[in-house]
Amino acid sequence: MTVTATPEAPPDDAPPHKPPLIKPAVRKRLVPYWLLLPGILWLLVFFAAPLVYQASTSVQTGSLEEGFKVTWHFQTYWDALTEYYPHFLRSVLYAATATVLCLLLGYPLAYLIAFRAGRWRNLVMILVIAPFFTSFLIRTLAWKTILSDSGPVVGALNSLHVLDVTSYLGITEGQRVLATPLAVVCGLTYNFLPFMILPLYTSLERIDPRLHEAAGDLYARPFTTFRKVTFPLSMPGVVAGTLLTFIPAAGDYINAELLGSTDQKMIGNVIQSQFLRVLDYPTAAALSFILMAAILTMVTVYIRKSGTEDLV
Amino acid sequence: MTALTRWIRRNLVVIAGIGTLAYLILPNVVVLVFSFNKPNGRFNYAWQRFSTDAWTDPCGVADLCGSLSLSLKIAIWATIGATVLGTMISFALARYRFRARPAVNSLIFLPMAMPEVVMAASLATLFLNMGVDFGFWTILIAHIMFCLSFVVTAVKARVMSMDPRLEQAAQDLYASPAQTFLRVTLPIAAPGIAAGALLSFALSFDDFIITNFNAGSTVTFPMFVWGSAQRGTPVQINVIGTAMFAVAVLCVLVGQLAGARRKRS
Repeated sequence: MTVTATPEAPPDDAPPHKPPLIKPAVRKRLVPYWLLLPGILWLLVFFAAPLVYQASTSVQTGSLEEGFKVTWHFQTYWDALTEYYPHFLRSVLYAATATVLCLLLGYPLAYLIAFRAGRWRNLVMILVIAPFFTSFLIRTLAWKTILSDSGPVVGALNSLHVLDVTSYLGITEGQRVLATPLAVVCGLTYNFLPFMILPLYTSLERIDPRLHEAAGDLYARPFTTFRKVTFPLSMPGVVAGTLLTFIPAAGDYINAELLGSTDQKMIGNVIQSQFLRVLDYPTAAALSFILMAAILTMVTVYIRKSGTEDLV
Repeated sequence: MTALTRWIRRNLVVIAGIGTLAYLILPNVVVLVFSFNKPNGRFNYAWQRFSTDAWTDPCGVADLCGSLSLSLKIAIWATIGATVLGTMISFALARYRFRARPAVNSLIFLPMAMPEVVMAASLATLFLNMGVDFGFWTILIAHIMFCLSFVVTAVKARVMSMDPRLEQAAQDLYASPAQTFLRVTLPIAAPGIAAGALLSFALSFDDFIITNFNAGSTVTFPMFVWGSAQRGTPVQINVIGTAMFAVAVLCVLVGQLAGARRKRS
């Protein structure tokens, strides 16, 4: 580097290692942008742009042979909604039921790992995570065996007359469990349960156990302690867990396809078949746009509610 | 009797938790047991008789092992891609204040708050209209896209919780910025990066929905299982599933033992 006698040049008695002021500052301000550039570009091109593109596809008309053109044909939305609204309702209903079941099943297990497992904690944790590593499709197919018509589960439910009650309620049909809403919800619950347990565990683990002792010292019964201390403090985990369960469950089509019949098809099944089999891209785009809008709205409302509501 | 009911009441949460654990593990047990089945028809749903045929010939079904190695290849590249890009983003988010921060944060969050089928269909629409051939590259692009956010979340948490004084101390001891990064910052961030990479690998290897839309006629392992649910399920997929489970548990146990030993010494 050559030093020329410019007005900005530091006087000779200044410390020689003092860095020049302007250039590195600018360079330093650009550092985060350089770090962000490749990853953000990736997300913009392959995540954000497709969503915009899909919105435009949903108002196109045409055919595969002649090509599709934007004609602002909003009729597609109306047609899609009137034809497939039962699938939308079913998706929300199944996903919401599965989410509630996940919370009811997952909470005791997360609590067990956080407070009661002691030296077994790591082992139980491994048992929660390890099933992930057997492809979830194989595990979902295993439910076909477990719930099969001649299997022990259906046999036991039959002899206890549980199936009579459930088919009266409309969640099973006749003497079987497979190809009924019960099987699909059971599969959804099973598949997304770890997504509920892990955030619940994370927020339960942060709770100081001395708070429980304090509540006990103040004559709170165990259930009161749970209701007034533990559960409110685990609320961040409950919110995160329900979102992580509900969102993928609402868009899922694997459980409905493998464990259900045509009467249990969810909105994901419709999008999949419109896109990959019928090749009706505008309808598929409109449906997935509606699904996205519906879920984002529900999630926003839910976060607002759970954030502002007085939880204690 | 009262002692028993009291015991049950005190351990109710443990009993319920173990019940949930059983619900989670049961399908894996079924997969294991039925990997020793010899089914009569094409479907492996009902128990017939014991056999080790599938274990001695795991690649005995056409395309099975090919799809498995393709899935491994995609998962490895997707992990590398997503981990590098995601780590860079998380350092930018954790270390710098800049104007686009909120926008970047929501761009990272959105893919995780979006049903997979929406991302899958929209990306496939884009590829379709650009005339891109579906196959290895489109799958890889899609996998890096959805793994990125998870890496950022994992790494950012770790970098944020790191004490900035450690880096200042390194610089006070005349470490150059590069040395500080390699000797101090990176080792501290490593567990977060490893967690992000592991998550990416698992997500990519097991992904079905996004691959289903963006694979064309290319068959990954989950696609193979999906197809077999229609055509007939070979016993070999249970063998692969059990082997994957065993390898994963073994890796975790070895890691735990190594960690415990390091702690002791």
